[in-house]
Amino acid sequence: MAYDYEKSIRPGKLPHIWCPGCGHGIIMKGLIRAMDTCNLDRNNTAVVSGIGCASRLPGYLDACTLHTAHGRAAAFATGVKMAKPEMTVLVVGGDGDGTAIGGNHFIHACRRNIDMTYIIMNNSIYGMTGGQFSPCTPTGALASTTVYGNPDPTFDIAKLAIGAGATFVARGTAYHAAQIDKLIAEGIQHKGLAVIEILDDCPTTYGRRNKFRSVIDMMKRLKDIAVPVAAAAKMTPEQLEGKVLTGVLHKEERPEYTEQYAEVIKRAQGV
Amino acid sequence: MSGAKARIEIIERYCKGCSICVEFCPTKVLAMDAFVVKVENADACIACNQCELRCPDFAIKVHKL
Repeated sequence: MAYDYEKSIRPGKLPHIWCPGCGHGIIMKGLIRAMDTCNLDRNNTAVVSGIGCASRLPGYLDACTLHTAHGRAAAFATGVKMAKPEMTVLVVGGDGDGTAIGGNHFIHACRRNIDMTYIIMNNSIYGMTGGQFSPCTPTGALASTTVYGNPDPTFDIAKLAIGAGATFVARGTAYHAAQIDKLIAEGIQHKGLAVIEILDDCPTTYGRRNKFRSVIDMMKRLKDIAVPVAAAAKMTPEQLEGKVLTGVLHKEERPEYTEQYAEVIKRAQGV
Repeated sequence: MSGAKARIEIIERYCKGCSICVEFCPTKVLAMDAFVVKVENADACIACNQCELRCPDFAIKVHKL
């Protein structure tokens, strides 16, 4: 039998609003498979997002969902997890929402190591608001606000997350569809803050401006630049030029925030 | 006798015609029909599930035979 995605989607919500060829749908399918792998109870799972194309995702999912202010997904999700530590909390959003407008919330969620899974769909652009450049837009690329080429260096979300203290960091791509659910499931099962960056394509506001003839070209580029961590270990720096590592990039154990906070409450109450 | 390993169901109402499935099908089972995808060579299907995995629009289901 074909995979039953409909059971996890609110009735009547399909077709979704994402553009033809947008990878967000591929990532959403991966998320649904990961939720099934982890046997998550949808009544006990919060899926929180900010604003943007990627942040539309919780609207389709049949779970406890929260669509919040731009960039504030991690802040709202932290609130949910603090109030209900028994809930599984997933955060979804784009690169602009997560690392620019919500960059502050993102790094502090990483620092606290609160038990959530943050899925960042990195399509290198602010898609919904009209193709403005984001911190993940490649240097030199064209966006509606960098018509002469983007002068900014690019954020490496995985390194940012590791530097800020996230205890599980992984990266996949929308092209490597079968890997997405495995990375997300591992992130969900990890105790602490897990960041899963999925490199994505935005054919409408990024691809067309940057000489990708079709969504297929964008998918092939994802295929070409991705190098699994194990394969990268055998490659020279010259061979790795322009490539992006995929797979589990970082994993460590560190005290989890809600557990630490429960101890604080105990101390304050003198028990 | 049909050599198909699966029956491919296409939900045309969901398909946006991105053609990712057509491109990445290893045995060229699928083709574009104006704005939506169609099954053109059903017998060649090897049930690899790539089209279902990659379809961003929940428009393809691969029913293994």
